[in-house]
Amino acid sequence: MRTVMYILTTLAVVGLAFWAYRENYATQQALSDADKLHANIRDAHDRLAVLRAEWAFQNRPARLRDLADLNFDRLGLLPLHPGQFGQVDQVAYPPAPLLPITDPVDVSTMNYDALNGVAEEVAQ
Amino acid sequence: MIRTPLRPLARILDARQKGENPDAIERENKRIRHEQMRDKARVRAEGRLLVLSFFFLCAFTVIGGRMGLLAMSEPSEPRGYAPGAVISASRADITDRNGNLLATNFQTHALYAQPRHMIDPEAAAKKLVKVFPDLKEERLIKDFTGKRKFLWIKKKISPEQMQAVHDIGDPGLLFAPRDMRLYPNGSLAAHVLGGASYGKEGVHAAEVIGVAGAEKYFDDYLRDPANGAKPLELSLDLTVQAAAERVLYGGMKLMNAKGATSILMDVHTGEVISVASLPDFDPNNRPRPLTEGDASDSPLFNRSVQGVYELGSTFKIFAAAQAIELGLFNADTVIDTSGPMKVGGFRIGEFRNKNYGKLSVADVIVHSSNRGTGRMALEIGVERQQEFLKSLGFFEPTPFEIVEASGGKPLLPSRWTDLSSVTISYGHGLSSTPMHLAAGYAAIANGGRVVKPTLLKQSAPQLGPRVMSEDTAAQARMMLRKVVTDGTASFAEVPGYMIAGKTGTADKPKPTGGYYDDKVINTFASIFPIDNPKYVLIVTLDEPVETSGPKPRRTAGWTAVPVAAEMVRRIAPLLGLRPAVEPVNEAVVTLTSSN
Repeated sequence: MRTVMYILTTLAVVGLAFWAYRENYATQQALSDADKLHANIRDAHDRLAVLRAEWAFQNRPARLRDLADLNFDRLGLLPLHPGQFGQVDQVAYPPAPLLPITDPVDVSTMNYDALNGVAEEVAQ
Repeated sequence: MIRTPLRPLARILDARQKGENPDAIERENKRIRHEQMRDKARVRAEGRLLVLSFFFLCAFTVIGGRMGLLAMSEPSEPRGYAPGAVISASRADITDRNGNLLATNFQTHALYAQPRHMIDPEAAAKKLVKVFPDLKEERLIKDFTGKRKFLWIKKKISPEQMQAVHDIGDPGLLFAPRDMRLYPNGSLAAHVLGGASYGKEGVHAAEVIGVAGAEKYFDDYLRDPANGAKPLELSLDLTVQAAAERVLYGGMKLMNAKGATSILMDVHTGEVISVASLPDFDPNNRPRPLTEGDASDSPLFNRSVQGVYELGSTFKIFAAAQAIELGLFNADTVIDTSGPMKVGGFRIGEFRNKNYGKLSVADVIVHSSNRGTGRMALEIGVERQQEFLKSLGFFEPTPFEIVEASGGKPLLPSRWTDLSSVTISYGHGLSSTPMHLAAGYAAIANGGRVVKPTLLKQSAPQLGPRVMSEDTAAQARMMLRKVVTDGTASFAEVPGYMIAGKTGTADKPKPTGGYYDDKVINTFASIFPIDNPKYVLIVTLDEPVETSGPKPRRTAGWTAVPVAAEMVRRIAPLLGLRPAVEPVNEAVVTLTSSN
């Protein structure tokens, strides 16, 4: 009886050790995956920040003003004027809505994938 | 274990024969047994102690080793594993009230060299000079071949320059990542934003610190990682700010002014929607402060909060409002403004020595009579005047949230005599900043409550302490409206937006004492739309002169007022204010019947 107990206990210890070993490596793998994802998110944030800065820079009032002046022939844009306030009944009916975009292009990751090609790795 | 008997029979019998005490044998044996037991116990205890000390040694080694590792290792960024925890290592963005970016960060690199690792210092220096023409080749060669182990070459380089340096291919040239502060709108709102610079610099990172303006005032907030990616929302409106700066610049050039400032403030919330000071600068490339000469000549000088000026007749409305509030006068009370009037041995004169005769209080404001407000001030008395101006905030720097604002401390007379009281009633003898004036006019505009100018977006009106009744404020506004319809500010009539305001023309004081004859500060303080006041607009021009007539004109009515009127014309639609006068509808067919 005692011998059986010893054998069972030993087996249990070996089994638990194996389980702990597996869990340890699975945890490390999960941590490193999370790290990679964090790094990816950080990179995406950085890219977004750059795009936002670029957007703000391209849309700075001085540039828009210059562009409006340059393209005055085509667009005829003028600064907002008190006389431009109108009545509700002067508003035209809205035009038919545009067709939905079914094939969007993700501009934020366009260059990133081409340059690094690591996004797929992480996705796996 | 074989137990040795305590009384072995052989030895006992032997001892009895010899007549010895057999008990001695027992004692002897007991002693030996006890000694054996003791030795065994000691060995076991020693063994246990040894094992225990071994474990202690291991534990202390582990703790010591960990401490050593922690002490020696480079600090690393904290890893936020907890879901929802946002920790941002970079400085927070600054946005306007609509979320448009005013300041953000940009990833860039700094270039440094480790001459010990350089393969061909001379060639590297030669190629570096080609990439960065502002570097000196001799200097670089001296640095690279000398004893230095480390040197910074460039603080910020562009990706193209970085690639060019990569192409040099020298292992001693290295890059350090840098967060760079970027102001995408260039010089827009430059004085408010201020600028940023680097604090402690390391190879792996450098801290970005604010050096002026809101960047410095809110430095702690902007640098706090716990704020995550939450931007600092200012009360400014990017579009309005751009339009205001544009109009102000045009006005400054047309009026041949040296400098100009404008403040647009919401009278209920105290939010400053736009504040401009010209000349300005680009915060991306902040100029150095002047080391000599007048600080106000530097583009860094913020006239709106640092420019402490005598603001002239714009102050008159405060005397009139207080006199009405105290019940000493009402808007129709007639005051004799004919001279001569002497206070403290000093003659109080009018503009161009005019004599207006008997005027009602409203007309005193309309014609801007010095003697008229002087008489009101004498009735009010020194102490009550001080108290009133103090409650409006004219005794302290404005609480506007940029570091420069604390430097704009008003200049008060050292002894507040009757004469000071009279001169202050028409805006001389007390110097304050245009921001103070905006706060003072806001109190009149919102119905008598003090508001503090603020740079942060607010969600509710400030209900500050009341300094005058609704009725007094309404009468004061009526008088200000009359200044535009009948008085000195007739150019401020903008169709659709009823503007009320007061002009102020103050001679500039000479640094040596006395006043210049041909240098003035012109101010127009206005409230619009007057039927439901929402905004206060202050326009101040420094040394303007209007030269379209035969004689140069230097009064605010000819300089600051047209600029302010144009500004309202441009800005009011942007603020969503619909003109009170509806645009004329052209006759168009809108409905036809079929029969």
